[in-house]
Amino acid sequence: MSDLTPHQGNADDHGKAPAKLGYSPVADIPHKPRATDTDPKAARRAERQVASMFLLSMLFVVLFVVAYVGIDKTTVVYIPVMGEVGASNVALGFTMGMAILLIGTAAIQWAKKLMPDVEVVQQRHDMVSPKKATLEAEANYERGKEESGFARFRLIRRTLIGAMVLFPIPLVVMLRDLWTPTKFTEGESPADLLSTTLWTDGMRIIADGTYQGEDNEVDSGGEIDGEPVPNKDSIAHRPIRPEDLPVGGLIAAIPLDLPEVEHIEHNLNARGKAAIILVRMEPDEIRSQQGDGWDVEGILAYSKICTHVGCPIALYEQRTHHLLCPCHQSTFDLADSGNVVFGPAARRMPQLPIGVDEEGYLVALSDFQEPVGPSFWERG
Amino acid sequence: MTTTSPVEKAGGATATYVDERVGSNKFLSRNLGKVFPDHWSFMLGEIALYSFIVVLLTGVFLTLWFKPSMAEVVYDGSYVPLKGVMMSEAYDSALNISFDVRGGLLLRQMHHWSALIFIAAMAVHMFRVFFTGAFRKPREFNWLIGVGLTTFGLLAGFSGYSLPDDLLSGTGLQIARGIVQAVPVVGTWAAFLLFDGEFPGTEFISRLYGVHILLIPGLILALVTIHLMLVWTQKHTQFPGPGRTNDNVVGYPLLPVYMAKAGGFFFIVFGIIALVGGLVTINPIWIFGPYMPDQVSAGSQPDWYIGFLDGALRVMPNWETIIPGVGWTISWNIFIPALVVPGIIFTVLGLYPFIEAWVTGDKREHNLLDRPRNAPTRTAFGMMAITFYVLLWVGGANDIIAVAFDLSINSIIWFLRFALIIVPPIVFVVTRRTCLSLQRRDREKLLHGYESGRILRLPHGEFIEVHQPLSEKDLAVITAKHDYVPLPAPDKADADGVRNKKYRAQMLRHRLSEFFYGVNVPKPSAAEIEAGQHHAAHDAELEAPLHEYEDDDQIRTFHGGVLHHPGMPETNAEQLEQEHRS
Repeated sequence: MSDLTPHQGNADDHGKAPAKLGYSPVADIPHKPRATDTDPKAARRAERQVASMFLLSMLFVVLFVVAYVGIDKTTVVYIPVMGEVGASNVALGFTMGMAILLIGTAAIQWAKKLMPDVEVVQQRHDMVSPKKATLEAEANYERGKEESGFARFRLIRRTLIGAMVLFPIPLVVMLRDLWTPTKFTEGESPADLLSTTLWTDGMRIIADGTYQGEDNEVDSGGEIDGEPVPNKDSIAHRPIRPEDLPVGGLIAAIPLDLPEVEHIEHNLNARGKAAIILVRMEPDEIRSQQGDGWDVEGILAYSKICTHVGCPIALYEQRTHHLLCPCHQSTFDLADSGNVVFGPAARRMPQLPIGVDEEGYLVALSDFQEPVGPSFWERG
Repeated sequence: MTTTSPVEKAGGATATYVDERVGSNKFLSRNLGKVFPDHWSFMLGEIALYSFIVVLLTGVFLTLWFKPSMAEVVYDGSYVPLKGVMMSEAYDSALNISFDVRGGLLLRQMHHWSALIFIAAMAVHMFRVFFTGAFRKPREFNWLIGVGLTTFGLLAGFSGYSLPDDLLSGTGLQIARGIVQAVPVVGTWAAFLLFDGEFPGTEFISRLYGVHILLIPGLILALVTIHLMLVWTQKHTQFPGPGRTNDNVVGYPLLPVYMAKAGGFFFIVFGIIALVGGLVTINPIWIFGPYMPDQVSAGSQPDWYIGFLDGALRVMPNWETIIPGVGWTISWNIFIPALVVPGIIFTVLGLYPFIEAWVTGDKREHNLLDRPRNAPTRTAFGMMAITFYVLLWVGGANDIIAVAFDLSINSIIWFLRFALIIVPPIVFVVTRRTCLSLQRRDREKLLHGYESGRILRLPHGEFIEVHQPLSEKDLAVITAKHDYVPLPAPDKADADGVRNKKYRAQMLRHRLSEFFYGVNVPKPSAAEIEAGQHHAAHDAELEAPLHEYEDDDQIRTFHGGVLHHPGMPETNAEQLEQEHRS
C-alpha cells in the first residue's frame, strides 16, 4: 500500500514518498486488486476498450458531418416508437451525442480499470485563520483608520455616507421611462387604460379572424400576392346576426374596429382587452345578468380574459353554462351574471351589453361597465 | 526516469512561461494531488454544473439566429401549416431555427433539456446537501449561494421559456403580468413599466432577452465560480467510513483519477443531453402557433420547475379585499400563492443552516456527513417541506390528473387545500419515527452483530440464531453517529438571585433544542459495542466449522434451517442405508 500505483508498468514514476505529494494511502482500508492490476491480459483488454471508444467517437464525428451535408432538412422518416420525425435532427443528435458520450465512457473506463483505485488520505485544517494573521489584520485596519482619519473627520464621514446613498438614484430615476406612452395612450393613467376597451355604443361585433371552424381547420382563403386573405365564405371578420349563432353555440368575437386599430398601433394591446365570447342559451335559462336586457334573444357577450391572471377563456360547457379557464380552472356561470362558481378568481366575468343595429347586426351598447382582465390595486 | 515527448516539453515550457508571470506552479504543486472523496451522490452537483455548461454553449449558438423582436412578420419558412401566418419576429426566428437551420432544432432541444436537467440536478443536489447536513459550519455560505443559484435557475428557465413568443410562452407571460399587477400598491405601475404599457406590448421580449442571455447567466456564472472556489478551499465533505475522520479527506487525487472521472462525466452528461435533444421532442413551438392574447389551449402546462407556483395559484381560495372608501384592491388570491409562498419557501431554505445552528448551539466544523437517520428532526423537516412542494406540484397538474384518472378537478383542489395543511405534519411524524427505528436497528447491530438468518443447533440441543460481527466498513459508518445533547434549561435567576433577563429567549431556545435533539437512540458505549461484536464473533466461530463443508448450493437449500453437512443423511432411511453400507 505504500505505492500509489499498484498496477504494473510505470510504478517507479511515482516511487517517491507519497507524503511529500500531500497525501498518503489509507493503510487500514482493505483493498482488493482488480483483474487489471494482476493480469496483464486484462489490462491490455481494458486499454483496447478505451482506445476503441475514442476511435468510435471520431467515427461518429465523421458520420455527423455526413448527416449534416447529406440529409435534407425537410426529410421526415418513420422510426418505431418515436413515430414520424425529422431525419436530420435525429441523425445529427444521435451522431453528436454518441461522439461526445463515447469520450466520457472511455475516460471513465480508463480511470476505473487502469488508474490506481487505492484511496488516499489528506489532512484538513480548520478554516479559521491563525491568531497571528487575525491580529495583523486588526492592526492594519487600525492603521488605515488612523491614517485616513475616518474616525476623526466627522463631517467627511457623514457626507461620504450621504453621497454613497444618493449616487445610485439617477440609475433608478431613469427607469421611469421604461413606460413611454404612445400618442394613443398619452395622458392616461395605467388604471384608466386597464379600465377601458375599444367597445363603444353601436360598435359592431365581428367574428374573430382567427376563429377556427367546427372542422378545426384554419379559415384561410389562400393568398394573393403572397398576402393571406380571409375566406369569403368564412365567418371570420364578418359582422354577426343573432341567427348566425345557434342555441348552445359559442363564437369568439372582437370589435369591428380592432383590425384597423391593430394595423395603426402595431400591437396586440387592444385585442388583449376587447376580446369577447358570444354564447347563446334559451332566454329562460338565463338566471341573471349584470344589467337589464344586456342580451339579445338569449345571446350574451362576456369578456374572454380571465379575471384571475388574464388567461383567455374558451372552455365552455354548454349544458351547465359554465366557462372554465384552462390555466387555473376558475369557473364562471354565464347563465348567472358570469359569477365565479369555483377556483381562484375573485371577480365575475365582465359582461358586455349588446343589442342589434338597424341592419340586424349585433352591436355593443357601451364599453364594459367594469375593468376586464386581472385585478389591480386601483381597481376597486 | 520519465520519458518526455516533444509535446510534454512544449507543455513544460508553457508552464514555466506562465509560472514566471503569475506564479501558477505554487497552485499546481498544492492542488494537482488534491484529494476528492467519492460517492455517487456527489455527482448530482456535477450534473448541475455540466448541464449549465451545455446550456451556455447551446445558448450562445441560439443567439446567432434568434431575433428578440415582437415586430410583426408573415411567416414564409419551411413549416407549411404556418405559411402566410402573421407572427412576431421572435416566433418566426424560433421556427427558422427549428426548421431551416440544420442542427437548429437539435440546439434548441438540447438547450431546453439541459435547462430542465440543470434545475432538477440543483434541486436533488440540494436534497443531498440538506439531508446529510453538509450545509453545517463551515459551509453555510455555500448553502446560501446554492439557494441563490436555484432561484436564478428558475428565473433563467422561465425567461427562456417566454422568449419564443409561441402561444404557450405568451400565456406564461400573461400569467406573470397578472401576478405583477396583483402586488399591492405598486403592482399596476410595475406591470406598466416592465411591459412598456399594456399587455402584451411590443418591448417585453427584447427586454427579457437581455435578462435571459446576459444578466441571469452572468449572475449564475459568478455564483457558480464562488461555489466551486469554496468547495475547493473548504475541501469536500465525506461520508463516514473506515479511516475517515472529521479532520481528513479520503478519496482519489485530482490527477489523474478524479480529473478523468469528473472530466469523463462531463462528456457523459453532455453526450446524453445531445442524444436526448436529438431523440426526444421538447416544447414543439410550431404546434402551439404564434401568441395571441385572446387564444389559449387546454392543458396548458409550464415547465416542471414552475409547476409548484402554478399549483399554488390553482389551489388558493379566491380571497380578495377591497379597502372601503379608497377602493384599493388587495388580491390575496394571487399575491399570496405567487409571491408570499415562494418568498417564504426560499427564505426558510436560505436561513435553515443558521436556524439549525442557533437551535442546536452547534459551533463545530463538520466535514463528516450525517446519515439522515441520525438527524431525525432535520430529516423529518426536510421531508415535510418536500411533501408540501410535491402537493403544490400536484395542484399544478390537476387538470392532467383529472383527465388521466377521471376525477373531478374541484375535488382535487378541495383535497389539496386540506392536504397542504394536514399531510406535511403527518409526514414529519412518520419520518421522525422511521429515523428512530433505523437508529434502533443500528444500535441492535452494534450490540449483537447483524442477523445472519441462520439457525444453529448446539451440541446440547439449544438453538441459536447466528449473529455475525459487522464488517469494518459498517462498524465505521454506524459508530460515526454523534449523540447530541439538547441545550440546558436556563435558570430564572443566578446563584446570587439576580434575575436572568434573557430567560425567555433562552427558554425558547432550550425548548427548540429539546425538540430538535430530544428524540434520539443513544449509541452504545465502546465497551458495549466491543462486547456485542465479540459475542457475534463467538456465534460465527461456533458456526465456522460447519462452513468447511458448505458450498453455495447448500447454503441456499438449507437457508434458515439446521445446517446440513454434505454427505450427512437427511432422512432416517438414508441414515440406515449409510450405516448399512459402512
